[in-house]
Amino acid sequence: MDILQVRNLKKSFSEQIAVDDISFTLGKGSIFGLLGPNGAGKTSLIRMITGIFYPDEGEILFDGRPFHPESDIVHIGYMPEERGLYKKMKIGEQAVYLAQLKGLSKQDATKKVKDWFVRFEMQSWWNKKVEDLSKGMGQKLQFVITVLHEPRLIILDEPFSGLDPVNSNLIKDEIYKLAHNGSTIIFSTHRMEQVEEICDHIILMNKGEKILDGSVAAIKQQFKENLFSIGLEDMPASGSGDIDGAAEIGSQAFEVVGRKEGHLIVKIREGYGPNDVLKYFIGQGQGITGFMEILPSLNDIFIKLVEGTPLSRQFQPLTR
Amino acid sequence: MNKIWLITKREYLTRVRNKTFLLSTFLLPLMIVLFIAGSILLSLQGKTRHRIAVVDANGYFKEYLKSDSSIRFDFSAGLDTLNYQQRGCTAVLIIPVLKEDQRTIYRLKYKKQLGLAGVSDLEGRISDAITDHLIFEKTSISREKLDSIRKSSDIAVLISFEDNGTTARASSQGLAYGIGYASGLLIYILTFIYGAAVMRGVMEEKTNRIAEVIVSSVRPFQLMMGKITGIGAVGLTQFLLWIVLIVGLAVIGQGLIPRDTWNEVQQMQQASAMGNASAAKAGEAAQQIFKVKSALDTANWGLILFCFLFYFIGGYLFYSSLFAAVGSAVNEDPQEAQSLMLPITMPVIFSFIVMSIAVQDPGGSLATWASIIPFSSPIVMMARIPFGVPGTVPWWQLGLSMLLLIVGFLFTVWLAGKIYRTGILLYGKKATWKTMLKWAFKA
Repeated sequence: MDILQVRNLKKSFSEQIAVDDISFTLGKGSIFGLLGPNGAGKTSLIRMITGIFYPDEGEILFDGRPFHPESDIVHIGYMPEERGLYKKMKIGEQAVYLAQLKGLSKQDATKKVKDWFVRFEMQSWWNKKVEDLSKGMGQKLQFVITVLHEPRLIILDEPFSGLDPVNSNLIKDEIYKLAHNGSTIIFSTHRMEQVEEICDHIILMNKGEKILDGSVAAIKQQFKENLFSIGLEDMPASGSGDIDGAAEIGSQAFEVVGRKEGHLIVKIREGYGPNDVLKYFIGQGQGITGFMEILPSLNDIFIKLVEGTPLSRQFQPLTR
Repeated sequence: MNKIWLITKREYLTRVRNKTFLLSTFLLPLMIVLFIAGSILLSLQGKTRHRIAVVDANGYFKEYLKSDSSIRFDFSAGLDTLNYQQRGCTAVLIIPVLKEDQRTIYRLKYKKQLGLAGVSDLEGRISDAITDHLIFEKTSISREKLDSIRKSSDIAVLISFEDNGTTARASSQGLAYGIGYASGLLIYILTFIYGAAVMRGVMEEKTNRIAEVIVSSVRPFQLMMGKITGIGAVGLTQFLLWIVLIVGLAVIGQGLIPRDTWNEVQQMQQASAMGNASAAKAGEAAQQIFKVKSALDTANWGLILFCFLFYFIGGYLFYSSLFAAVGSAVNEDPQEAQSLMLPITMPVIFSFIVMSIAVQDPGGSLATWASIIPFSSPIVMMARIPFGVPGTVPWWQLGLSMLLLIVGFLFTVWLAGKIYRTGILLYGKKATWKTMLKWAFKA
């Protein structure tokens, strides 16, 4: 059963269309990446899913039923990019208060907060005020508050920004654990390497529209350019005027498009396969030190698809 | 509903546990008392004594213009309009020969202003002096007789009664004026204090950047109402503490009155209840206390307190929701808040001005209308009520005023809710009332 179904969602503000006919489905227990340049509409989309905004058109189904913010909000945890907490309030008290707002009883909330604090080694900080925390502590606290009430859908907007590697790892492990336990996680970020590492599935938005929707593996396959990297013991010399010694290599099967230390980057032509590359070099008496496909990075795919977005869109102020 | 209660609790406890709460609760009345005492002291001290030289062609003013603590008249020979300053005077009064059946101009030349009160006081003294002189000239009455007549004319005391049809109760105009003005003033001050507190409270979510987190757990309207009721509860608590303080001081004050005096007061009360005022028997102190007590008894305290609470709460809800709307639209810069607050503070200040007029003419049409319209009713109606319900204020006026106030705050709360839900999530754009109203009505 899918935790979230979004159908033909639309949202405009007086100056532009923020979300333009978006549809997608999220299954349980997986980690989704929500990507897109600034101004793509990610935040507006998220705000509709969390019930902060109402869509102009379209529908949202939560766990198979029409989304009803009042009652469904307790099953959703949201960590916005704009991180904030009551600075002057003590953190233990504050975490309990926020959990109560999500519908937990006071005893329940207190117990859960204590457990999480111990897990994150924050128990001695219970009576400290938020303004006395270091940035890393603050982020950990924010994370705890987001997942405390065991939500089925967790939305994290740039959760790792400002975290050192140790704390980043800690949060990452928690995210895996949560997904493993059946929670669905929407993870919005600009850091593609994290997306590749953590997410199963991604959705790429641009100018309010959905551009990509699929598993990471499938998308990489979709955009691959048949590039391979072959390591050679005896690298051919580059000729003068020729691109990387291409003229030296007489093969129909591929062309050389680049070179690195000890490797040639080749692009296999239509109708040929990797074996043809190997056959060629082996036929030349070359010693092969390595051979692998170069799949495009999500970063590259992102840039390719999104290039040309007018910069102005990133700075359109939202009026609602 | 439950969420509003949670938020109210948090807002209330956060503020009440703060040290500044206790400080301001006890400090504020202290400051008000000091302020009043201080201004009374200053006004007493500030009276300078004027020395006025008198050049009198008639020759008799010396007899009748007497010097006292505020004016010293100098009738020395040889004083004129050129040398009065050297002789130590600040002004010179030149009175030519006064003729009967004519109005002659007499002049005052001053180095130092006497002020409006001073001049009219002087006029009064001159005219009294002329009257006295004419009496002695035209009649054969002696000075002692005249003085004793003056003293013994103080044989009547006025008490005014309000005619309610079936009963007539004694009313004290002075007291009504005092209570009316004080209540109106108090509501005026409290509206500003707590309205501003609501505005700052609403800005808290924005400056802490926690608005989005909270709004993903509760509806913006619930957050706004929680803040308004929480801060309102703090206000009520402070108010109740002040009442306790005043009652405590009154009890202590009563305890300081010696037993005998108090017994005398009791006797006088019993006597007047039976219809005869045997004032002559009791001592000075007891008489004073009796006067104060009977004056205080003329007021319908139950009704006044009930109405005060109603108008305090109603006025608070009416105005604080507007303050909340402003707070939600402001981006941390207190300057922006000032210009947005103007449309709210203007009616409040206007109400106060109307109130000052209303206490002098509580039955007039300005006072009546202003006490019914929700913008000004909390302040103006409270000023009118001590003058008597249903005498000065008919029941239908009171009822209509209360009804309209309720409708009024339901409307402002609704309006504020719409502005608030957009305002708290918006950063960076400078808002004007025009844009705020667009948020509200574009739905």
